[in-house]
Amino acid sequence: MTTEQQDPIKAVPVRRPGRWIGGVVIALIAIGVIYSIVTNRNFEWPTVWRYLFDFRILTGLRNTLVLTVLSMVIGVVGGIILAIMRLSRSPLVSGAAAVYIWFFRGTPLITQLIFWNFFSLLYPRIGWGTFSVDTNTLIAPFVAALLGLGLNEAAYMAEIVRGGISSVDEGQREAASALGMRQGKTLRRIVLPQAMRVILPPTGNETIAMLKTTSLVVVIGYFELMTAAQQIYADNLKQIPLLIAAAIWYLLLTSILSIFQSRIEKRYSRGVSGIATQPGFAERMFSFRKAAR
Amino acid sequence: MSEQPTQEPMVRAEGVCKHYGRLEVLKGIDLEVAPREVMCVIGPSGSGKSTFLRCINHLEKVNAGKLWVDGELVGYRQHGDKLHELREHEVAEKRREIGMVFQRFNLFPHMTALGNVIEAPVQVKGIPKAEAKQQGEDLLTRVGLADKADAYPNQLSGGQQQRVAIARALAMKPKLMLFDEPTSALDPELVGEVLAVMRGLAEDGMTMVLVTHEMGFAREVGDSLVFMDGGVVVEKGKPRDVISNPQHERTQSFLAKVL
Ligand SMILES: Nc1ncnc2c1ncn2[C@@H]1O[C@H](COP(=O)(O)OP(=O)(O)O)[C@@H](O)[C@H]1O
Ligand SMILES: [Mg+2]
Repeated sequence: MTTEQQDPIKAVPVRRPGRWIGGVVIALIAIGVIYSIVTNRNFEWPTVWRYLFDFRILTGLRNTLVLTVLSMVIGVVGGIILAIMRLSRSPLVSGAAAVYIWFFRGTPLITQLIFWNFFSLLYPRIGWGTFSVDTNTLIAPFVAALLGLGLNEAAYMAEIVRGGISSVDEGQREAASALGMRQGKTLRRIVLPQAMRVILPPTGNETIAMLKTTSLVVVIGYFELMTAAQQIYADNLKQIPLLIAAAIWYLLLTSILSIFQSRIEKRYSRGVSGIATQPGFAERMFSFRKAAR
Repeated sequence: MSEQPTQEPMVRAEGVCKHYGRLEVLKGIDLEVAPREVMCVIGPSGSGKSTFLRCINHLEKVNAGKLWVDGELVGYRQHGDKLHELREHEVAEKRREIGMVFQRFNLFPHMTALGNVIEAPVQVKGIPKAEAKQQGEDLLTRVGLADKADAYPNQLSGGQQQRVAIARALAMKPKLMLFDEPTSALDPELVGEVLAVMRGLAEDGMTMVLVTHEMGFAREVGDSLVFMDGGVVVEKGKPRDVISNPQHERTQSFLAKVL
């Protein structure tokens, strides 16, 4: 450097009285709510703590996790396949994917879940001749739940993946082709890794949403967290404490997933400049800004 | 197979036509590029220069006429008097032998410079990674970027990115290199470093077809200069002759603008 180091600017930041007034109001409301939660005996906090680690609740929790993971696996794999089909130059292939997405996004999930549960009414046996099985043994509530959640998720993931693939510059494909790479490899090595940056944030949201959406399978009686809570309070009529216990688990898990999500997003933004950093709490509250690098 | 002349041209175009829907982009291109020749192509924007390069590299299908690279028909296989379209993997195989450098570099942003260079040798040719890395480092040294092997494209200047892109194309050991305005997207002070690398390639005997508006480079390094306009070759000759004594009026007015 030839010029002398300049002194940093010392300026009085803009005052933001509105933020302070809002902050005080919110703090007062928060104190009121917490006071009520702690002192209102109807919450039955001791019962909440007792049932939080109840064997049935923990079993339900495990099943919720299994269902979330497997449904998302089906959803992501199915979504990638559908997205690739959707982008195919063959109108038949692309059209088939479009119809799938139209159907599964256009009907309520709860309808689809119950439909899979009653699939045996439609086809009592699946297979041909001696190689057929009773549909009811094949599609137990677990399988019905998995089909309902996974196939529905695939339709949503397809649109997310398609958006990601379309966001990758055409020049990338061209460069890969010019190097003699074939389509499949180009997709796997060049396009998808870059599409990930666009695909991952909404996929994280989908996973978090899925964790909560699994509670819908309560309608077909598969024993996950929500069904567990419901069965227990059907017995002992302690609805509120059990719902709070379930809510605590859901909150804990969604919070953990959110932390994972931001970690993974950081990893995939590698090699891409201009990722805006979100201002933190203190920055937003006091409007201090880090100097631009 | 076509009959063998004394020296088979690296590229031979006979009446090459290309249209997009009703838009005729190439209206019968006849050209020959000899091995080790450096052919520079100039012409106004939209005259079909990029399209012609893309046809040579099988990135576009030729609609009429014929195009050979190193004696082999581009895009088709001849069986008797019938032409068969090449399959995707056959096209991919042919592209390996042709290097291409783009105006906007098109480096893979999620890979380091070295990662970009070794990607195709490892993934396409199946060369062991250690060996590919060794060769990749040699290539980066050749383009003057030995110390940037671990940098990601967004950490490199435009000129450095384009040199990595050249190294990436060379890693497939091509017999022909195509350059589509390789310096047009660069800041003026970065043009020289890229041209220097290309000059080195030409001196090593690489066959090159190069769309450029760097007239100085065309004059000094080019063996032939082609002026294209409206999808046809208007004029072709030794760079010195075309630049100092253009025969065609359209060439004269174009040169008056770029010189
Ligand atoms: N994929 C495409 N679809 C339709 N038109 C195209 C396509 N690619 C190029 N063109 C058109 O072909 C003409 C020639 O383009 P191009 O070969 O890129 O010219 P140049 O490289 O000489 O500037 C332009 O009018 C352009 O709009
Ligand atoms: Mg062009």
